[in-house]
Amino acid sequence: MVEQEGIRRYVAHAILWIGIAVVAFPVYLAFVASTQDNAVIANGQMSLLPGGHFLSTYYQTIFVGTSGSTREPVATMLLNSLIMALLIAVGKIAISIISAYAVVYFRFPFRMAIFWLIFITLMLPVEVRIYPTYKIVADLHMLDSYAGLALPLIASATATLLFRQFFMTVPDELLEASRIDGAGPLRFFWDTLLPLSRTNMAALFVILFILGWNQYLWPLLITTRDDMQTIQIGIRKMITTTDALTEWPVVMATAVLAMLPPVFVVVVMQRLFVKGLVETEK
Amino acid sequence: MQKNAIFQSKLLPFVLVAPQLAIVLIFFYWPAIQAVIQSFLLQDAFGLSTSFVWFDNYADLLGQPDYFQAILRTFGFSFAIAFSSLSIALLLAVMADKPLRGVTLYRTLLIWPYAVAPPVVGVLWIFMLHPSLGVISRYLRAMGIDWNPLLDGDQAALQIILAAAWKQISYNFLFFLAGLQSIPKSVLEAAAIDGARPMRRFWTVTFPLLSPTIFFLLVINIVYAFFETFGIIDTMTRGGPGKSTETLVYKVYTDGLLGGNLGSSAAQSVVLMVIVIVLTAIQFRFVERKVTY
Repeated sequence: MVEQEGIRRYVAHAILWIGIAVVAFPVYLAFVASTQDNAVIANGQMSLLPGGHFLSTYYQTIFVGTSGSTREPVATMLLNSLIMALLIAVGKIAISIISAYAVVYFRFPFRMAIFWLIFITLMLPVEVRIYPTYKIVADLHMLDSYAGLALPLIASATATLLFRQFFMTVPDELLEASRIDGAGPLRFFWDTLLPLSRTNMAALFVILFILGWNQYLWPLLITTRDDMQTIQIGIRKMITTTDALTEWPVVMATAVLAMLPPVFVVVVMQRLFVKGLVETEK
Repeated sequence: MQKNAIFQSKLLPFVLVAPQLAIVLIFFYWPAIQAVIQSFLLQDAFGLSTSFVWFDNYADLLGQPDYFQAILRTFGFSFAIAFSSLSIALLLAVMADKPLRGVTLYRTLLIWPYAVAPPVVGVLWIFMLHPSLGVISRYLRAMGIDWNPLLDGDQAALQIILAAAWKQISYNFLFFLAGLQSIPKSVLEAAAIDGARPMRRFWTVTFPLLSPTIFFLLVINIVYAFFETFGIIDTMTRGGPGKSTETLVYKVYTDGLLGGNLGSSAAQSVVLMVIVIVLTAIQFRFVERKVTY
């Protein structure tokens, strides 16, 4: 019986390591490809070990860009992605926390109607209303702008619901106490509720940052200028339809650079990430 | 729904909801309503006049063999992606739920692909499965398999499914692990005392108790396959060869790029909305039942 337990344990370890290998292999391959010579890759002769072009490829990718299709250095794309992801995360948290505060702590006309108006947005991602939204953003002259990249993606209820849920669990005594101290609604929000919401805000920030960083279809439509491209769009534009012209080491270096920030966030802030993921999906 | 202790103010709550309300009205309701209205209108070839045509656009759309094929294909992709990634993730989660040494490290090493963007997933898998660049393709050909997803539609579909399922494993793994950890150990111990072997314990105790998680993940995975596969398809196959990897979202995108029929494009958007609303409604009903249970 005990012996069998031991065997089972080895099997579990083995299965987990196989799983990890399957998950990691494509990424390892991307890194290897980014360090090799383009001609070798294009011939299908890529080695499974890193090559000697690491520094030159990454220097070219970050500061120069590809020599053909898009000439934009990836540093610009990284900056655009960073600004968009931060705008989405911070913007969504900011507008959501104050509207959740209003819905939970005040009684006002149309309160439920407004709550439902916001709640329904939970159901429809931007993809299903993509061209009408495009037209509105174009009419507002927001194509090729950070506002145009971020605002339509902020229009969703996940964060509002999460904060509402959390505010409902905050004991009423806290409000009574701060009222006795003479604090008004804004004071109570700033001094009591915000500090209590810190963990929730951080967890939400981690998730929204990753979602923002990984946006694809929307930026693809509304950015036309090369210097407004996010990194995800940059990758796609580097892949030319005639495979022979694609500079694969640069493409793969860009892919590796595109993965680094969100993967770093997941690994380093794992507890917040898991909390944010589990709570936003409920 | 609301607190007993509240503030009194007439203006302040409106100021507080105003920013979100404004953004939601401008960037969500306005375009969504536009799509619905346009789907009932027909514009003439010069865009000079429009007329109200009831459900003609929908009838046209559903009458196109292309569109019907895209619906079937999208659901086919969804179920294939959901089934394969859910089963792999469940296996890994059951293993990681055991009291093993280094289990937290395993967890970290398995969840990070969640952060990889769909277009990047597509690029990664080009290097696995592209007929001339792909590393796996070499072995497939050495084994005598005629692997060329650039020409063969079924193979192209298969590589999209593989790439999308790969990406989804980490997400499912995380939720399965959370689900497994919430199963009381006493129930499993009771089954063990009754003499149930591990495999039997899994199928008669763990699996049924996990069914809410499985159902939740099934719906989420299907929605994922609808929308997030766009990036993978766009970098790997751009819908081709032929239309063999063209999903509903991809079709909305390409038809829109070509311009042309506004009414038909709007009808496509509305059909997508309806599908997503139905899926979400199923999920909400289910979540509510879980609460009472």
